[in-house]
Amino acid sequence: MSDIVIYTIITVSAIGVVAAIILYLAAQKFKVYEDPRIDKVEEALPLANCGGCGYPGCRNFAEECVKADNLDLLFCPVGGNELMKTVAAILEKDAVEKAPQVAVIRCSGSFEHRPKINNYDGASNCTINAQLYSGDTGCEYGCLGLGECVDACTFDAMYMDEQTGLPVVIEDKCTSCGDCVRACPKDIIELRNKGKKDRRIFVSCINADKGGVAKKNCAVACIGCTKCEKECKYDAIVIENFLAYIDFNKCVLCRKCAPVCPTNAILEINFPPKKERVPKVEDKGVLAEKQADENTNLIELAKKNNDPEAKG
Amino acid sequence: MLKTFAKGGVHPPENKLSAGQIIEQLSIPKTVTIPISQHIGAPATIIVNKNDQVKTGQVIAKSSGFVSANIHSSVSGKVTKIDAIPDSSGYRKQSIVIQVEGDEWDEKIDKSTQVKRDFNLSSEEIIQKIGEAGIVGLGGATFPSQVKLSVPKGMKAELLIINGVECEPYLTSDHRLMLEKGEEMLVGTKILMKALQVEKAIVGIENNKKDAIEHLTKLAKNFDGIAIQGLKVKYPQGGEKQLIKALTKREVPSGGLPISVGTVVHNVGTAYAVYEAVQKNKPLFERVVTVTGKSVSKPSNFIVRIGTSVNELIEAAGGLPDDTGKIISGGPMMGKALSNADVPVTKGTSGILIIPEGESRRGKIMDCIRCSKCVGVCPMGLEPFLLMSVTERSMYDRTEKERVMDCIECGSCSYTCPSFRPLLDYIRLGKAEVGKIIRSRKA
Repeated sequence: MSDIVIYTIITVSAIGVVAAIILYLAAQKFKVYEDPRIDKVEEALPLANCGGCGYPGCRNFAEECVKADNLDLLFCPVGGNELMKTVAAILEKDAVEKAPQVAVIRCSGSFEHRPKINNYDGASNCTINAQLYSGDTGCEYGCLGLGECVDACTFDAMYMDEQTGLPVVIEDKCTSCGDCVRACPKDIIELRNKGKKDRRIFVSCINADKGGVAKKNCAVACIGCTKCEKECKYDAIVIENFLAYIDFNKCVLCRKCAPVCPTNAILEINFPPKKERVPKVEDKGVLAEKQADENTNLIELAKKNNDPEAKG
Repeated sequence: MLKTFAKGGVHPPENKLSAGQIIEQLSIPKTVTIPISQHIGAPATIIVNKNDQVKTGQVIAKSSGFVSANIHSSVSGKVTKIDAIPDSSGYRKQSIVIQVEGDEWDEKIDKSTQVKRDFNLSSEEIIQKIGEAGIVGLGGATFPSQVKLSVPKGMKAELLIINGVECEPYLTSDHRLMLEKGEEMLVGTKILMKALQVEKAIVGIENNKKDAIEHLTKLAKNFDGIAIQGLKVKYPQGGEKQLIKALTKREVPSGGLPISVGTVVHNVGTAYAVYEAVQKNKPLFERVVTVTGKSVSKPSNFIVRIGTSVNELIEAAGGLPDDTGKIISGGPMMGKALSNADVPVTKGTSGILIIPEGESRRGKIMDCIRCSKCVGVCPMGLEPFLLMSVTERSMYDRTEKERVMDCIECGSCSYTCPSFRPLLDYIRLGKAEVGKIIRSRKA
C-alpha cells in the first residue's frame, strides 16, 4: 500500500519537474520585452478608462506616453497638470502645462424660459429624439433634457435639474474628460478653461436662428444683436450666424458684456455680486437700480446653474 | 388561398374610414411653402429669386445629382421668401414661399381630362421625361423614380410590380386613386413597362379593397401583359421586399435591391404621376392625401397642391377636434407625428391622421419578458429585442452582425410588444450608427 503512495509521489513530482523545465524554456524562448515604465506610468494614472485623453484606456495612454518623443500632445484631463508632471518625472521628459478645463452647458432654456409646444413620448434617449425631430420646444438647437450626458458621465459630476429640465455640472467633480461633450447629439456642452479663481463668462446659447425666431422660442436665447461684440475691447466676442461666442483665450473677465445683453444669454459664473453704483442724477438712479437688480438676478441664475450646494 | 409573404407580419385594425369618399380637389391656398428636399438624395438647387413670377408647373429647383429630383411650383404667383422653414421634423430646411396670384399653368401642360392611351416614345425618352417631371416614389419612401428605372448594367428587369397594397391602416389615397383614375394608372403602368422593357406587370392589391380589384380586373382586359392580383390582408405587405415575396416567391437577398431578382416595384400613385408626366406633360406638383381619424368629422381624400399647409387640410376635413393627442403625417404604423401642424404637404405625404388624446400615448415601458413576439412578427426575420439591447449598450459591431441594416422600419415589433418597449426607436438609432460605420469603412 505504501509503495503505491511512494510511486505516485515520485511520478507526479517527476512530471512536475519536466513540465517546469519545459515552461521555463518556453518562457525564455517566447519572452516579450515590455518597458517597465509602462506599468509605472499606468500606476500613476487615475485608471478611470474614460477616454478623455483620446485613447481607449489608461493602459493605451501609458504606452503612448512611453513611446512618444515628447508629451506635447498627450494630456490626461482627469489627472491634470499635477499628474502629467509625475508622468514626466517617471519618463524624464518635459510636461506641458495646460489650463484646467470644465464642461459648461450652453443652454439656459429652462421650462420657464422655453415653453414646450409638444410632448415627446418615445425612447428616453437624446440621440433618438434628435434623430426623430427637433424637440419639445420651438428651439431646434436647445437641450432635449433626456440626460444622455448625465448617463455618459463617468465621474458622477452631472445631474438633471428637475426644476429647469437642464443638466448641471458639479464643478468640483468635473474632470473635463469630454464624455458628455461626445454624448450630446446637439453639441451643447463645451469644455472651457476654468479661468482665474474658477470665474468664467460664456454665452449660454447655441441657437443660430435669426434673432426674432430665436427670441420667440426662448426668452434667454442669443439673438445676435452684436451689443456684446461692440462692448468687448479685447476682440474676444465673435458673432456668427446670429450667435455670439466668447473666446476664453482672449476674454479677460472684465464683465462688460453680460450687463448689455438684452436677453441675459451671457452667464457670469462664480463672480462676487457687483457693487452698487452711486447714482449721480435723480432720474438715472432708477435705471442704475434696475441694472443692479438685473445683475443680482443673473448671478443667482448662474449660481443656480452651477452650485451643487444650492440644489442639495 | 390568397397570396401573401411568408415571414411575420401583423394585422392591425384597418379603420379605412375614408374609403368611400370621392377624391376632392382642395382649393388653392393663399401661400405655399415648398421645401427643396422632398426626396431621398441631394436637395435640389434653387433656380428662382425673390420676387420672381412663377407659373404652376414651372421648375423652381433643379435636381442636383444622380439621386435627386426637380421641384416644381405648385401654384402661380410671386416668390416672396427663400428661407429656412421648419419641416415636419421641426428642423429648419431651405424652402421657397410663393404668394398665390390666380392659377396660370405652364403652357406645355395639357389640362384636358380625356384619357390618352397611345404613346410613342423610346425607353430613354420616357425616363428623361419622368426625371424632368420630378417624380419620386409616392408610397412614402420618395426615392427618385428615374433612378429606379435606370437598370444597372449587367442586370435585367423581367417583371414590373405595381404596389396597390396600401397596407397602412386608415390610409385610402391609393385605393381611391385606383377606383377613380384606374385607366390612367394602367396607362402609366404600360409606360413604365416600356421604360423598363418588360413584357409583364402585376398590380398587387390587398383583399380589403375588393371594389378596386374588380374595377381594375375589368379594365386590365384592354391592357396586354398587366395582371391584377389580390393579396391576403397583412401588414407590411406594401414593403417592397414583402410584396415581391408575396407575388413571385422570390426573396431579395440581404443588402440587395429588387432588381437583383429581376423586379422593379412602383406605387400606384407613382404610376398615375408617370401617366400625367408623359401623356399630359404635367410635372408632379399635386398629390392625393387622405385626411382621417376617428375623431375627424369628415374623413376625406383630397388632391392637394404640394406646399399647402397641413392646417388647411385639417380645416377642410371639418377642423381639428378638441381632444386631439397627435397629428401624424402618414399612417399609424410608419407615419411620423408632427410637432407643429403648420408644415407643408410634400411629395411623400400620403395621409394626415388625427389620433385622439386617449389613444395617442405610448404605454409605460416595462422590462423585456423574452416572449419573442417581436421575433415572430418581424417580416425580415430579425430579432428586434436583441437589436435593441445591443444598440442600447453601443455594441454596434454586434448590431451590424445581427443584420440591422435589413430592417425596413415597419414597426411591427413595437406594435406587438406587450411591454411597450421602444424597439424600433433603438433599431433606428442602431441603423444610423452602423450606417456611419459602414460609410467610414468605405471612405
